[in-house]
Amino acid sequence: MTPFAYHLARDPADALAALTAPGGNTPLGAASFLAGGTNLLDLMKENVARPMRLVDLNQLALARIEETPAGGLLLGALARNADTAYHPLVRSRYPLLSAAILAGASPQIRNMASNGGNLLQRTRCYYFYDTGTPCNKRSPGSGCAARGGLTRLHAILGASEHCIATHPSDMCVALAALEAVVHLRSARGERQLAFADFHRLPGDTPQHDNTMAADELITHIELPPARYAAHSAYLKLRDRASYAFALVSVAAALALDEGGRIVSARLALGGVAHKPWRQPEAEAVLAGKPPEAAHFAAAAAVLLAGARGESVNDFKIPMARRAIVRALEVAAAGTPGPACGEEER
Amino acid sequence: MNDLIQDLQSPVADAGTGFVRVGMPVSRVDGRAKVTGEARYAAEHPAHDLAYGVVVGSTIARGSIAGFRLREALAVPGVVEIITHENRPRMRSFDLFYKDMTAPAGAPFRPLYDGEIHFSGQPVALVVAETFEAARYAASLVAVDYLPQQHETNLMAHLARSHKPKPLKAGFSPPPDERGDAEAALLAAPVRIEAEYYSGVEHHNPLELFASTVIRGEDGHLTIYDKTQSSQNSRWYVSRVFGLGKDKVTVRNPYVGGAFGSGLRPQYQLPLAVMAALQLRRSVRVVLTRQQMFSLGHRPETLQRIKLGADHDGRLRAIVHEAVAETSRYEDYVEVVVNWSGQLYACDNVKLLYRLVALDQSSPMDMRAPGAAHGVHALEVAMDELAWALRLDPLELRLRNYAEQDQMKGLPFSSKALRDCYEQGARRFGWARRPLAPRSMRAGSELVGWGMATGTWDAMQMFARAGAVLHADGRLVVSSAATDIGTGTYTAMCTLAADALGLRLEQVMFQLGDSTLPVAPIEGGSSHVATVGSAVAGVCEKLRKRLFRMARRLDNSPFAKARFDEVEFAGGGLRLRRQPSVAMSVEEVMAAAGEARLEEKYLMLPKVLKQKQYLRATHSAVFCEVRVDEAFGTVRVTRVVSAVAAGRIISAKTARSQVSGAVVWGISQALHEETHADHRLGRFMNHNLAEYHVTVNADVGDIDVIFVDEDDRIVSAIGAKGVGEIGIVGVAAAVCNAIFHATGRRVRSTPMTPEKVMAPEGDVSVSAAL
Ligand SMILES: Cc1cc2nc3c(=O)[nH]c(=O)nc-3n(C[C@H](O)[C@H](O)[C@H](O)COP(=O)(O)OP(=O)(O)OC[C@H]3O[C@@H](n4cnc5c(N)ncnc54)[C@H](O)[C@@H]3O)c2cc1C
Ligand code: SF4
Repeated sequence: MTPFAYHLARDPADALAALTAPGGNTPLGAASFLAGGTNLLDLMKENVARPMRLVDLNQLALARIEETPAGGLLLGALARNADTAYHPLVRSRYPLLSAAILAGASPQIRNMASNGGNLLQRTRCYYFYDTGTPCNKRSPGSGCAARGGLTRLHAILGASEHCIATHPSDMCVALAALEAVVHLRSARGERQLAFADFHRLPGDTPQHDNTMAADELITHIELPPARYAAHSAYLKLRDRASYAFALVSVAAALALDEGGRIVSARLALGGVAHKPWRQPEAEAVLAGKPPEAAHFAAAAAVLLAGARGESVNDFKIPMARRAIVRALEVAAAGTPGPACGEEER
Repeated sequence: MNDLIQDLQSPVADAGTGFVRVGMPVSRVDGRAKVTGEARYAAEHPAHDLAYGVVVGSTIARGSIAGFRLREALAVPGVVEIITHENRPRMRSFDLFYKDMTAPAGAPFRPLYDGEIHFSGQPVALVVAETFEAARYAASLVAVDYLPQQHETNLMAHLARSHKPKPLKAGFSPPPDERGDAEAALLAAPVRIEAEYYSGVEHHNPLELFASTVIRGEDGHLTIYDKTQSSQNSRWYVSRVFGLGKDKVTVRNPYVGGAFGSGLRPQYQLPLAVMAALQLRRSVRVVLTRQQMFSLGHRPETLQRIKLGADHDGRLRAIVHEAVAETSRYEDYVEVVVNWSGQLYACDNVKLLYRLVALDQSSPMDMRAPGAAHGVHALEVAMDELAWALRLDPLELRLRNYAEQDQMKGLPFSSKALRDCYEQGARRFGWARRPLAPRSMRAGSELVGWGMATGTWDAMQMFARAGAVLHADGRLVVSSAATDIGTGTYTAMCTLAADALGLRLEQVMFQLGDSTLPVAPIEGGSSHVATVGSAVAGVCEKLRKRLFRMARRLDNSPFAKARFDEVEFAGGGLRLRRQPSVAMSVEEVMAAAGEARLEEKYLMLPKVLKQKQYLRATHSAVFCEVRVDEAFGTVRVTRVVSAVAAGRIISAKTARSQVSGAVVWGISQALHEETHADHRLGRFMNHNLAEYHVTVNADVGDIDVIFVDEDDRIVSAIGAKGVGEIGIVGVAAAVCNAIFHATGRRVRSTPMTPEKVMAPEGDVSVSAAL
């Protein structure tokens, strides 16, 4: 771990000023915001992240969860994942988000992890974490050791020759399906980014996970008015029942009309790409159809079009196809309540 | 010699615990010290002149070091020294001096001895600084130039160059010669199965990181707190490697946070810390990181092939069991993988083969039930395959081939209550209701399957000494340089001693974990209770006799006419069996006799001549229920019943914990644990607890442990055999067999991760029964 300076920010303006103050942006590593620290501190201990200054956000008044005039919900960037998942309004209106958060990490980590940090957590690619190996995301231009190597965790969609990493978040898969909006602030002012535009594909610059500028702060995540509370499901497939990242995950949400036909559908995949994977064309397949397996399979085929494995992870393609169908079936039958014991996982 | 070592922090049961008997479920005497943090582990011992060492590991798997660039690292404020092979203090050169008590054949790895690289992650430098933070930062700045050579780390790519291992390792015996003519009998057998079984590398991940704190006294004496399964093995190793007299080094390990074989051999942080302490003439601590622990030994990747031939009625006609495992290039790490197949079932034609492939890896290392965990696994999965080929109940197949005696030499078993394990386990599980055919049971979107397997392990005994001091106030201190890696040694020994003298548990202290204590073996192989426990029983027996003689000689002694076998020790002293009101407390006897302390020593030597006339083993029967969602290959183990025959159970609660913990690890072996190597880099890659998956609470359903009655006075004077390893053997096989019963698909590779279990394309209905 590299020695670093520490600044406890008073408010957003102070945080932004401290981030860009002189001495922060050195060749070794820029200044970094610190939220729950559950990802950043690990990366620092492994010498993957080497910030010269930590700007602690934990005193900022950004931990609230409140309703928007439009009828949606505003999630503070510093609200903890656990508090978000258990918030009554989130549970009742966005059970998909609750389920996705609770499918992630462990209770201890969810208690520390913040919503903003969750969006910005880095890939779990083994090579990214091991400074003894080449990795374009960690040190651009050094090569991608994962290709042709251990790729169980890696992408089947949207990868490039420079990087085949996946984004590991569960929460973000639900946020993508729910069409959340990310609120950003910097010295230049405030702006909003649609969730689909927030994370990016690796291309030839895999060091960038998202489209945020280096000097921006996430202040909130906004959820549009709820449409899918009655028919949603988060299905996560992983190596063990808790405390493992998704091999494949699906956020499925359906709005049904009175006759039981699908009015609109939302589908996003986790564990398969550098960003939560969504294709409006796949969702369009379902619009106006009855919630039946054949249509679900057709949507899966569109969502997975172009999927390509790295041999070790070929299994993710059929796994994802089946998971999409299963998640849609579960959603169609009605949002499941929290499984017994699930909250302790 | 037996005086109390005051600063060893030996735990004592809470006041009010009271009288205990062998076999009772006694709570850990070290429990309070552990949960309050009072118990100090190897990295937690303070010293006023402590320096901190951080290890730098190699990034290549084979080659040599061309040079170091240390300027930047040395410039970090607080850095005291960077030790490499170029500037290390004097170490012995001969291989022999590096052989610890459990070393296999070969030339042990000599840390920082020279510039050769034998495995990825090998320590190449130790950065020592005034603070841990400075050392860690400087370590990240150490630059090493390598001259790499082509490495080979892939067992499966190098099977062709396997060799016959040198068999020299404590506890190892090579496969016996062929019995009968296995291949011919196989050809003649009407029913045959043949299959290959693969098991991946597993690494030790005890909670406590490997660490050594070397505290240097003013006279240069080194007191070393080491994470080890034997203080005396580490002491011996340090003395020999650095040429330090026995009285110059004391090693301690009063508390060990898990080890399961990883602490049998001294690990490299020990010589590195000693090296730094000698060079800098001050105290030094070295703690490995979790990542660095993946450069220590591991359960070796192993490929096995089994052929079974049987009559139509299920009688085994032939067993062929071959295994090829990896080892390092510098040692022949060996373990008993195939021999079990010649022992567990009655069969006249058995051929066993065990070979090694030397790779550019660190030497593999014993891990709970080494060899048996995957060797018996393969046999027990093969038996299940045979049972299905015969359309026979898997338990019935085992019973039809029950071995009544050792089949090589015709020796009887010293005791074998395996039939009871089968019967009681099956009853508790409800096995009789199992439909024979796979895919017969379903619950919602999941298929349900029931599987079973047999387990076996050796019942061993070593030699040990114990000392005991009984004080006038009724306190008893018993000691032996034993180890408690969390298994419950403290509790079992205190229970034995308290029972022997009829004392309250809180009157007894057991001192272990110091190399100057009476000789004890390494805690391993499930022999510690049988060994140290028998020594403790022996020394207590001497105390009992002395107390009795003292009591009888007193003026007007109530025991004047009693014989020794007419008294019992209970209620805090001795009393007449026939007339318990005739009693004297220990304190009364000591006071009346005017004794301040009674001291005894005992040397427990196994009765080898007698033991050799018997086959000595522990057994188990494991029954398990799984639920499999075959669309995704996800497996839940909902229920396990493990029935164990392991001799007399000394400490029922800690023994039960051992077995249920072992079941959890067995589930882990079955479904989760594997270290993935990138063979292009020659490096293990999932080296952290987020990506090296071990079973978590949510993966574990009900575990029911049964100890069947067994009392084996041939294995040990106290009737005990040992429960450390047996609990894991067979668990993974039971899971595998249950998965087959659920899905009709056989997974012959562990861990059985989702992609191996999920139904092939086109072969599944995804829809859940909603
Ligand atoms: C063992 C383990 C298992 C896990 N399993 C899962 C899982 O199964 N599913 C899952 O989804 N997640 C999982 N996680 C990840 C966990 O969800 C993230 O680590 C967590 O959400 C990060 O939040 P944090 O507040 O701790 O972020 P930090 O570690 O504090 O920060 C992460 C990054 O975000 C930046 N940052 C934080 N807040 C802001 C802000 N407001 N504006 C701008 N930048 C900001 C920081 O500078 C840093 O770069 C796991 C983590 C661990 C350690
Ligand atoms: S996949 Fe991406 S993160 Fe992993 S090694 Fe390649 S470049 Fe690095």
